[in-house]
Amino acid sequence: MQKLTAPENMTDSLKSLEHIEFEGGRSLWNDAWIRLKRNRLAMFGFWVMLFLVSISLITPWLAPYGYEIQDLELGASGPSLAHWLGTDTLGRDLLTRLMYGGRVSLLVGFAATAVSLVVGVLWGIVAGYTGGSVDAVMMRIVDILYALPFMIFVILLMVVFGQSFLLLFLAIGLVEWLTMARIVRGQVQALRRQDFVSAAIVTGLSSGQIMRRHILPNIMGPVIVYITLTIPAVMLFEAFLSFLGLGVQPPQSSWGVLIATGVETMEEYPWLLIFPGLALSITLFALNFLGDGLRDALDPRSASGAGGIYE
Amino acid sequence: MGAVINRKRRIPISVGIILIVFTLGGCDLGPTNVEQGNREQILHLGNGTEPQDLDPHIVTGVTEHNIISALLEGLVGENPETLEPVPGMAEYWIVSADGRAYTFFIRETVKWSNGDPVTAQDFVWSWQRMLSPALAAEYAYQLYPIKNARAFNKGDLLNFSEVGVKAVDSKILEIELEYPTPYFLSLLAHYSTFPVHPPTILKFGDMDERGSAWTRPGNFVGNGPFKLKSWRLNYIIEVDKNPHYWDAGTVKLAGIRFYPIDNIQTEERMFRTGALHATSTTPSEKIAVYQSKAPHLISISPYLGTYFYRFNVTRPPLDDPRVRLALSLAVDRQAIIDSVTKGGQIPAYSFTPPNTQGYFPPESPVSYDLEYGRVLLAEAGFGGGEGFPVLELLYNTSDGHRRIAEAIQQMWKKGLGIDVRLVNTDWKVYLSRTNQLDYDISRAGWIGDYPDPNTFLDMMLSDGGNNRTGWRNNDYDELIERAASLADQKERYQTFEQAEMILDREAPLLPIYTYTRVALRDPSVKNWFPNILDHHPYKYVYLQSD
Amino acid sequence: MSKIILARILQGIPVLLIVVTATFFLVRAAPGGPFDAERSLPAEVVKNLEKRYNLDAPVLDQYVDYLGNLVRGDFGPSFRYPNRSVTELIATGVPITFELAFYAAVIALLIGVASGVIASVRPNSLQDYLPMSLAMTGICLPAFLLGPMLVLIFGIWLEWLPVSGWGYSPGDKILPSVTLGSAYAAYIARLTRAGMLEVLLQDFIRTARAKGLSMPGVVFRHALRGGLAPVVAFSGPAVAGLLTGSFVVETIFQIPGLGRFYVQAAFNRDYTMIMGTTILLSCLIVMLNIVADIFAVWMNPRLRQAK
Repeated sequence: MQKLTAPENMTDSLKSLEHIEFEGGRSLWNDAWIRLKRNRLAMFGFWVMLFLVSISLITPWLAPYGYEIQDLELGASGPSLAHWLGTDTLGRDLLTRLMYGGRVSLLVGFAATAVSLVVGVLWGIVAGYTGGSVDAVMMRIVDILYALPFMIFVILLMVVFGQSFLLLFLAIGLVEWLTMARIVRGQVQALRRQDFVSAAIVTGLSSGQIMRRHILPNIMGPVIVYITLTIPAVMLFEAFLSFLGLGVQPPQSSWGVLIATGVETMEEYPWLLIFPGLALSITLFALNFLGDGLRDALDPRSASGAGGIYE
Repeated sequence: MGAVINRKRRIPISVGIILIVFTLGGCDLGPTNVEQGNREQILHLGNGTEPQDLDPHIVTGVTEHNIISALLEGLVGENPETLEPVPGMAEYWIVSADGRAYTFFIRETVKWSNGDPVTAQDFVWSWQRMLSPALAAEYAYQLYPIKNARAFNKGDLLNFSEVGVKAVDSKILEIELEYPTPYFLSLLAHYSTFPVHPPTILKFGDMDERGSAWTRPGNFVGNGPFKLKSWRLNYIIEVDKNPHYWDAGTVKLAGIRFYPIDNIQTEERMFRTGALHATSTTPSEKIAVYQSKAPHLISISPYLGTYFYRFNVTRPPLDDPRVRLALSLAVDRQAIIDSVTKGGQIPAYSFTPPNTQGYFPPESPVSYDLEYGRVLLAEAGFGGGEGFPVLELLYNTSDGHRRIAEAIQQMWKKGLGIDVRLVNTDWKVYLSRTNQLDYDISRAGWIGDYPDPNTFLDMMLSDGGNNRTGWRNNDYDELIERAASLADQKERYQTFEQAEMILDREAPLLPIYTYTRVALRDPSVKNWFPNILDHHPYKYVYLQSD
Repeated sequence: MSKIILARILQGIPVLLIVVTATFFLVRAAPGGPFDAERSLPAEVVKNLEKRYNLDAPVLDQYVDYLGNLVRGDFGPSFRYPNRSVTELIATGVPITFELAFYAAVIALLIGVASGVIASVRPNSLQDYLPMSLAMTGICLPAFLLGPMLVLIFGIWLEWLPVSGWGYSPGDKILPSVTLGSAYAAYIARLTRAGMLEVLLQDFIRTARAKGLSMPGVVFRHALRGGLAPVVAFSGPAVAGLLTGSFVVETIFQIPGLGRFYVQAAFNRDYTMIMGTTILLSCLIVMLNIVADIFAVWMNPRLRQAK
């Protein structure tokens, strides 16, 4: 029951980063973009993600069948010309279901991660930078939320608000931001003691400015890595929430649900596990390449020529 | 950077891991449970979930039945093939002509596992315990046919001597019933009516104390063919042969090991690797595989239960019987069985399973008939599904329920042109919503407690706690109550048939199929007969590899 | 230092109190009660049950009673298993799950940190891609998928290891530990690599390298301390996650641990058991986070200076 999180979509998160970097000084974002473009692996990840997102957007026009259309007599059948990736136990086209499932999984993955990113990073920075009793109270709140029985919580949320997609993001974000906050806080605490921060304080910058200009760019590494870990975890976590009735409702599906049901029949109908698994893996690899590339590109210290904050 | 990396470091780790796996992998796993069990006459059984307790007056489940029936025995036992009552603690009995008085003669030789004799007083004491309000026994209503039992359980009657059960002497037990109950003997084979050893209960607490330590290994005193040896939570319960059992000569098994296994995939894997002689169930996708590759390992037998959908008749448009019938007519049960459940189930068009102790439900107006369904729907004002609201189909989370719901959703869409939305919740939310009629259509299953149509048909009484549809019908109620007062079996069944016809016509329920038990079983298990309650008296079972 | 630890432990008291209170009311607000079953019970039986378990008292009174019992160390009887106390149930599950979590944590840390460090020393080379690809594959293979796969390969096809159990036959602890540990190994590998890269780029490392220190020397003497910061922050919740997440592994491998109780209690609405496991979990989280924070200070001496 671990789970993680990511931004609405990549371009949005890039925009927010752009904003930060502009404030940091001259157009660092342009430099970063140039560096990113030089990183072939990262660009590969970028194009794969773009491809997956585009496919998702046009799935209703592209899908060969309806995701709910059954052929009970056919049942589960392996890949064939009519069904490229085979069919599931109710005779539904797997490729179609995978495409529709991708819409759900990508949306949930990015949106819920975005929630956790925003809340977790803000919470962690403020707690870590401010320290003292503010830090103590904020982190104890995190502890409390960790300890509450999450399943009961989700069941109650559904009773009060009904079943909705928004609730799904909220429920996942609610869990995911906690670890993010802890990681960020740890990093910030370490950074706060460093010389360049002390120097910034001496120059009379406000706490807000220091957090934005000096702290945030320096924690992007672990944050980006954690995001790329969060997205797939969220996609799988969604399958668990579907179990409680919160996720997608059948006959719709998602990658997580497809994988979870595919496991049950992996000996009899392996394609029902392999293809959804592949879809998730490809996404994950692409995201990681992109994430690593972004991390390198945005690293103030690796800026070519002009020294980063350190020098 | 990092010109000098320590490449060697990586190698030892990976090599080390591989080595560990190989060394351990290389070691002999030894004989399997099945191989060893066959040699020692120890039966290894997969048994669903962890039992709540082993106190026959507290528990309610099937997994508990499977264990308790090894440890305790009632006045009567069951024929392993037909389930007909056979002498158990009672050697013989006499029933009065009006069917309302029973006299049981308890065997002279029967003993508890500590050597004490089993007496008629033990039964009186046990049933008083079962009916004590403070014990809060959930199955107390199994004894309600006994005169004044209900009043005593409710707390209205404080003097147990007014309840219709008396020990004439230490071996003769007289029972007076509220009304003739033709299935009363079957109830006496149910664990809720089994006796407990009074001194043992009192040693660990009061008569009506819930959850005392008497059921622990070492404390437990029973009168069944086996006695409790060990109990490890969520892992295993071991029972060994009881030398004090009156019919110990018949018992061939030296012991039984019960494994509570939540995950049916795990259970199947354990069976496949020889850790179990038999499973409690079988994953549906594995049924076809076993049938084609190892038919001698799988057995499918009818089971006294019905899988069905409830309609909430208090909500339009489901308040219209024509709509309910139309929905029922549009369900292709055979296709669901052939393509979804795959367990050889029997398509159901009436609620009571066919051949329930000789009872067959009357011809039902329901079949798979799309034409008629469309006509009825049009009559109700929804021709072609036009204007039909999107109803919710509620089920508790499970792959099996989901697949059936998805198939039916499509059948209604294709056949009648109506949309339903699937809603799954966890078990307790599902229960609370059906209890409060907070649903449109909901999935359900009903397993008979005893082989008699009454166990099904009294569910739909207007004020029955398990009705859960909002359906009320006075004629129906009268028929069911009349059947209870009848001693003549034929007349009684005719009355049930009339009631069932009302149920078919009004269709508050949508029967889908009659359950089957699909279990994996090693061929070395002998004298294990299929029957509709899936009861397998262990005293007859033995192991012999061919 | 000891003062800080004491303060943190004291902070745990309000945390616990809030968790207990919130959970107590949350579980009672959730639909479905402990005695709801397929067969609904006659009203008189329900009344008897509620009386027996004090559920007919006003909720506030129940709460006060519960707190009173709690202070005396009495967690009450389980609703689901009437002849067991919550304390006993937890006591049977804890040693097993702790052992499982321990092995899994060791596997996760050894593999995770090792491959993370190896990868970070030479970024964007084969030495980086190989362990990182493995790590990513590990993340794609959640326990509910990896477990059955390992069982199929090592238990059924190769017949090397038992398919279920915990300490009942030789080697039956291997597959569950690997299953539970691998996802965390993957996380830790990624986080270690990221943390190490941050550190390896810093001045004091460059200085150390310039002075002619060998790379392993630099890594072990200087970089590892700082580079593991994200892992340390992650490890507190991760260990708690190991305990609750062990449910999946315990179910697949038929292990009688705490994880199954924790999840089943919620599904069964076993009020007292939910309370018991939640209290245990919050104590663990509080303690583990204290340990993780102390560890962070120990690894980064700069954190000690301020105050």
